[in-house]
Amino acid sequence: MNLTEEQIERYSRHILLKDVGGAGQEKLLQAKVLIIGTGGLGAPAALYLAAAGVGTIGLVDGDTVDLSNLQRQVIHFTADVNRLKVESAREKMEALNPDVRVVTYPERVNKDNIAAIIRDYDFIIDGTDNFPAKFLINDACVLSGKPFSHGGILRFDGQTMTYVPGSACYRCVFNAPPPKGAVPTCSEAGILGAVAGMLGTVQAAEALRYIIGKGRLLTNRLLIFNALDMEYRQVNIRRNPECPICGEHPTITELVEAEQPICDLRSRYHA
Amino acid sequence: MKLVINGQEETVELQEATVAELLRYKKVEMPEMVSVEYNGRFLRQAEHETVRVKDGDRIEFLYFMGGGMAG
Ligand SMILES: [Zn+2]
Repeated sequence: MNLTEEQIERYSRHILLKDVGGAGQEKLLQAKVLIIGTGGLGAPAALYLAAAGVGTIGLVDGDTVDLSNLQRQVIHFTADVNRLKVESAREKMEALNPDVRVVTYPERVNKDNIAAIIRDYDFIIDGTDNFPAKFLINDACVLSGKPFSHGGILRFDGQTMTYVPGSACYRCVFNAPPPKGAVPTCSEAGILGAVAGMLGTVQAAEALRYIIGKGRLLTNRLLIFNALDMEYRQVNIRRNPECPICGEHPTITELVEAEQPICDLRSRYHA
Repeated sequence: MKLVINGQEETVELQEATVAELLRYKKVEMPEMVSVEYNGRFLRQAEHETVRVKDGDRIEFLYFMGGGMAG
């Protein structure tokens, strides 16, 4: 693959980086990244990956844009309210960078469709806001040996980790979804919009670095930050021999879905 | 005793305590929802009652963070 004159100019600030260069940019143009959820985390991730020239970007989301999303889901504009999020996002990404092919999946991931959706992709970004989906994505990626970035946000806090086959997975840290009813309310606890942007951008950077193959990914580490006091910390984690999916005696050998509280169904991807 | 809790060295006014007692001492809300890493190893929930912390231990309390649900 040869970069065109226009591509050399468009990606010049990448090409200048010795860890990216022309070769890294070509890798990006040939890469396929899937973003599950085009909400608070998925929106900035989608914009940065499109700008970076990731050749194929898949978007999975069954929701439509709500006015209350616009405070943080920066890929959707006021005129997009009530449109499918994947359509709204695709339009912006294609306008930003015609090199990018956007594939849309206007649906939710579930135990029956997720394996087929992730199959074609090199790296997956979890931008969902609910635990059943987060555990399902972890399990599907572990079982199919796909690298992915986990991200979670709440109020002023965010945490993220990256899985590649052989590293600690999300279930190594959090064994199972929180039990139904253990959580006091289904309504949004609130989130500072910029926190979603900070975390989604870290996730995009993980995907880019995975593709380029440079640097040290957030594997076997959990990055935790609090944006109220602007404090970051890292917790080293390691593979848990008792992990139910990647441990020594796995009890999860096929995909399962945790129960989803009824009142949360509407807001699956509103992270 | 001195412990390193969430990366910060802290003196706790406990002579001897289980992880569950430490969680109570630290006033951690919903301790059953916290994943505890004790000197690099994740504890099973049942171990919160049996594992005893000692001077110099490193303990991380990790919380579920999912978005709107963890209200
Ligand atoms: Zn695991």
